[in-house]
Amino acid sequence: MHIAQQILFIVCAAAAVFFFTKKVKELRRNILLGRDEDISDNKDQRWRNMILLALGQKKMFKKPVPAFLHLAVYAGFIIINIEILEIFIDGITGAHRIFAPVLGGLYSFLVGFFEVLALLVLIGCVVFLIRRNVLKVRRLNMPELKGWPGNDANLILITEVVLMSFFLIMNAADLNLQQMGGEHYTRTEPFWISQHLMGLFSGMSEGSLVALERTCWWLHIIGVLLFLNYLPYSKHLHIILAFPNAYYAKLVPQGEVKNMQEIQNEVLYMMEPDKAPADAAAPTRFGAKDVMDLSWKNLLDAYSCTECGRCSASCPANMTGKKLSPRKIMMDTRDRLEEVGKNINENGEFKEDGKSLLHDYISVEELRACTTCQACVEACPVTIDPLDIIMQLRRNLIMEESSAPQEWNLMFGNVENNMAPWKFSPDDRDAWVNDVN
Amino acid sequence: MQVKSMAEYAANGETPEVLFWVGCAGSFDQRAQRITKAFVQILDKVGIKFAILGKEEMCTGDPARRAGNEFLFQMMAYNNINTLNAYGIKKVVTICPHCFNVFKNEYPKLGGNYEVMHHTTFLQQLINDGKVVLKDGGAFKGKKITYHDSCYLGRGNGIYEAPREVLQAFDTELVEMKRCRSNGMCCGAGGAQMFKEEEQGTTRVNFDRAEQALETGATVIAANCPFCTTMLMDGVKNKEKEDSVKVLDIAEMVAMSL
Repeated sequence: MHIAQQILFIVCAAAAVFFFTKKVKELRRNILLGRDEDISDNKDQRWRNMILLALGQKKMFKKPVPAFLHLAVYAGFIIINIEILEIFIDGITGAHRIFAPVLGGLYSFLVGFFEVLALLVLIGCVVFLIRRNVLKVRRLNMPELKGWPGNDANLILITEVVLMSFFLIMNAADLNLQQMGGEHYTRTEPFWISQHLMGLFSGMSEGSLVALERTCWWLHIIGVLLFLNYLPYSKHLHIILAFPNAYYAKLVPQGEVKNMQEIQNEVLYMMEPDKAPADAAAPTRFGAKDVMDLSWKNLLDAYSCTECGRCSASCPANMTGKKLSPRKIMMDTRDRLEEVGKNINENGEFKEDGKSLLHDYISVEELRACTTCQACVEACPVTIDPLDIIMQLRRNLIMEESSAPQEWNLMFGNVENNMAPWKFSPDDRDAWVNDVN
Repeated sequence: MQVKSMAEYAANGETPEVLFWVGCAGSFDQRAQRITKAFVQILDKVGIKFAILGKEEMCTGDPARRAGNEFLFQMMAYNNINTLNAYGIKKVVTICPHCFNVFKNEYPKLGGNYEVMHHTTFLQQLINDGKVVLKDGGAFKGKKITYHDSCYLGRGNGIYEAPREVLQAFDTELVEMKRCRSNGMCCGAGGAQMFKEEEQGTTRVNFDRAEQALETGATVIAANCPFCTTMLMDGVKNKEKEDSVKVLDIAEMVAMSL
């Protein structure tokens, strides 16, 4: 019986690791479909950012209530997973609570501590479910969350509640079995939380308790393994990618727009033809039309987004009812990238599908509503930069499609001919001086 | 007062302490010209030797770049940097946070390296150095003032305190809007929105922002950007509060208190 369980456990764990690794490789391949961008400078600053922003969740604390709940869920979820180590050893060797005799009193303390965290995770997730579904916090109920993204969010929260419940029930059953003196069940001190749940199961027979304890143990670990494999398909991937994303965050002032070296050169060669190399080739793509035209960092951003909507909640266009939602920009980028990834899986290489990020996913109206105010960039706890994507798509619209509102075309004409965005004579630029001199 | 151009300084073999980059709004827009005039009045009063580029100044290319027209931006940048480098300009002050941002963050990569200051930082230093003294606690004694962070001075470049320090020199009460500093809300003009009709929505960005400013009960809304000033004035007008609430650039407020 034990051997069968051990084999089953090893098979489950191996399968979970295998499929997770496979999917991670696919994500890596997808991210690298993006344009090259050299981000290898300022290593010290980058490590600091990773520790402060990803591990320390510094930016979350702009909103203290969700920040504390999130910290509890996050810390709980990470720390409780130390328990997984024991579960793995027990699962493979057929032992039960292998660390209990070794650690003695410390063991009971640790498990008690994990239980407190588990309770905090449970409470946090319930509050999050209420905020999302009962209080209907605006940023958690925007149109782009209809359907799968909203379900994804609820599924994650419910899964965490269920996993934590299994953990607590398992321990309560275990304590009952310990009291019955079952030989297999190493005596420990009563665990801090589950001792209060013992009463729920006190009337049960030893056989039922063993079944309950085993069922919870199995459901807990299978739940964890399934959840691991769910991550890459879900917004919850941020628990991993927040770290590299914070490391590769933009370090220059937010107001700076990335330079286009190739256009700078074009202008230089036009103004000073003697500087043009003989083999100067015109750029093949201006700005970005599809995900492959974006940089790999933009694509990492898309996979790191957990759709919290702080960006959209602070976007002036979104607040005033425009179509633009920076979160949707990130979700669209990820959805399109996933589509391209599937295309590659099926065809060996990308087969033209007649679609692109621009137009098929993100509309011109959304792009035109942006004021480049950087509120979205500032708001993102994991340093995602939706504005960088918006800018690249805007560049494509103007420079490849010559698509601009009539007023912008007039403005461009004025800048070019009158050196100001309005139709004034350049000779009058200093006319105001006459009023003061 | 004598406002001299860089060409005049060069012709006399002189070098000014600082170049005042007026910007397109400050040069042509009637409302923004008042900010320009207020700022040169302060410079003149303090006795700073400054120059303007005059007819040689051109749009920095900011609205073109942010609309997506990188080509036009690069052309404007090329011409401006050539002009400035030919004069050997070292120090620039500007009343426009968009120009400031381009000079500070975007021209250096194109060969234009200058020490650039936004006029609110410049004014803060003049006040701290005792070169500008506000008469009698300033022209706004006892009034409530609120301050609107422009995106390109605030979030764009992290300058939140310098303009506030200038306002604190006034004998007034400074009240903050709900959205302020890094959480401040755009006036609606950035990203070349100034030059086109807003996309369809439930309201206009400047209406929303002006309402937030009015909610503070302030009678003066202080701004640091000619575009914000225009947008907020329109928003105040929309609420028919233009008689009781003034939108003023910090330079105007200082000039009125000299």
